[in-house]
Amino acid sequence: MKHIDSPMAGTVWKIVKAPGDSVDFGDTVAILESMKMEIPVESSHSGTIAEILVKEGDVVDEGTVIARLA
Amino acid sequence: MDIYQKLEDKREWAKQGGRLSEKSAKLLEGKVFVRDRLRLLLDDEPSFEDGLLAGVEKGVPADAVVTVIGSIGGRKVAVIANDITSKAGTWGYQTFIKITRFQQLAFDLKIPLIYLVDSAGARIDEQKLCYLGRRAWGNIFHNQVKFSGAIPQVCVLFGPSPAGAAYVPALCDVVIMVDKKATAYLGSPRMVKMAIGEDVTEEELGGARMHCALSGLGDVLVQNDEQAIDVAKRYLSYFPSSYAQRPDVAPTAPKASPVNLGDVIPRNQNVPFDVKILIDALADDGSVLEIKPLFAKEMVTALVRMGGRPVGIVANNSKVKGGVLFNDSSDKAARFIWLCNAFNVPLLFLQDISGYMIGSSVEKAGIIRHGAKLLSAVCEATVPRISVMVRKAYGGGYLAMSGAPTQPDAMLALPTAMPALVGPEAAVNAMYFNQIAELPESERAAFIARKREEYGADIDVYTAAADSMAVEAVVHPNELRDELIRRYDAYSLKRAEAFEKRNPVHPV
Repeated sequence: MKHIDSPMAGTVWKIVKAPGDSVDFGDTVAILESMKMEIPVESSHSGTIAEILVKEGDVVDEGTVIARLA
Repeated sequence: MDIYQKLEDKREWAKQGGRLSEKSAKLLEGKVFVRDRLRLLLDDEPSFEDGLLAGVEKGVPADAVVTVIGSIGGRKVAVIANDITSKAGTWGYQTFIKITRFQQLAFDLKIPLIYLVDSAGARIDEQKLCYLGRRAWGNIFHNQVKFSGAIPQVCVLFGPSPAGAAYVPALCDVVIMVDKKATAYLGSPRMVKMAIGEDVTEEELGGARMHCALSGLGDVLVQNDEQAIDVAKRYLSYFPSSYAQRPDVAPTAPKASPVNLGDVIPRNQNVPFDVKILIDALADDGSVLEIKPLFAKEMVTALVRMGGRPVGIVANNSKVKGGVLFNDSSDKAARFIWLCNAFNVPLLFLQDISGYMIGSSVEKAGIIRHGAKLLSAVCEATVPRISVMVRKAYGGGYLAMSGAPTQPDAMLALPTAMPALVGPEAAVNAMYFNQIAELPESERAAFIARKREEYGADIDVYTAAADSMAVEAVVHPNELRDELIRRYDAYSLKRAEAFEKRNPVHPV
């Protein structure tokens, strides 16, 4: 299954998309706060969001799965 | 047979390569024949070719490599080009003699050396003559290293370059790779399966895209042979023929449609900004050639012209991973700085940097070692070097991006610059940690906000930088291009030499 991973370590600041939303390659799915910067988590595929696996305030590592696509 | 006819026949046979065999012709599918590649690369027919009749006795046309001197844009270059149709472009005895002779010739003439690589590697049946001794295949790498930084060495990878041959691209200044055709790996998928049991395709293991995006061996990914040759020619136009010369200054024109940078650069420092917009606005129109655009994208390295003069730009891109410095971004920038410095290409640093990445995973991966490599490349650079504080200029990241203490020729700042050892959030946390803890919880947020604001006002570019003379000038972004052109023009008078020693002990 296709998934969208965190580009770096940080804290989930905002979740932008919800299950059922369709996304294109490059769309922002969530925004992390890391190193005092807002880091967009961009979709690496086109498709429909099946599941968001993190919530706002969660601490994530580089490579943590943020969302799965249907 | 007439002796002159014999000469003609042998030359014709050699120039034909192996295209007459069905198997060899298949290797050429979707590719351009080696002699046609030379036609695309050079202004005219080559000035001369050496070793055409090598390999004739063993029935291998030109011993699978074509070596010529020709011109690109009126400047002489040496070309070493594998012929995939002739015994799969493999290296035999005469092949390496031809290659090493041409490397030496390019160095003696102080002209760029271009490797057009398309080779199945070393010929095992010729190893006795070619592998172990002082005169052997390995001389090719020895020469590449010896001449590195003296003459430009460009690799265009059209096809395979396996095992030992993979060090040819690795030891060149730049590697241009054709998507879905070029490959490089030490062990083939078959060998990998046999030795470690891994199932992997050739493309995953050592394909062009993998090398351009992940390993960093590839610099520019292109779609076909013609594009690859165009990029090679364009790349060379930014460089002189050798370290002893300066790059050509091209004719220049004002920007066709200047961007109002005052509106484009975000004032909120936490919002990402695509620095490529700034690079396009500073460079002459159509002059940007990005090096490693797919690798460690949080750092942009690009060859550009400003007022016709080649400049190498090293820029933090806060649009990707916040522009934070990682191991790969440090490596990418360090190598680009060494490249520009070797060939008298001035440097421009665009700072938008909240620091080196922190945390246990990057510490284990050696972020300090890699960061030191970038710092070392910056401090070693003696070409004209200008740094511009675009937005954040924090801590060690600021130093690594050619901060004032590393002695650039000029340290400039835009009004959006924010120079500090650390940002307001971390600073307030560090300075008032105990005080915050003692406050009733209801008062903490307001206290922190007030202290952050005070701190923010204090690291304003005028108080922190201009007044203390940490920067030479604060410039409006719309004036920056002209300011840089005038400064590079003046700094080009500089003749900086390294002081005498054998070699620095490089952190890697």
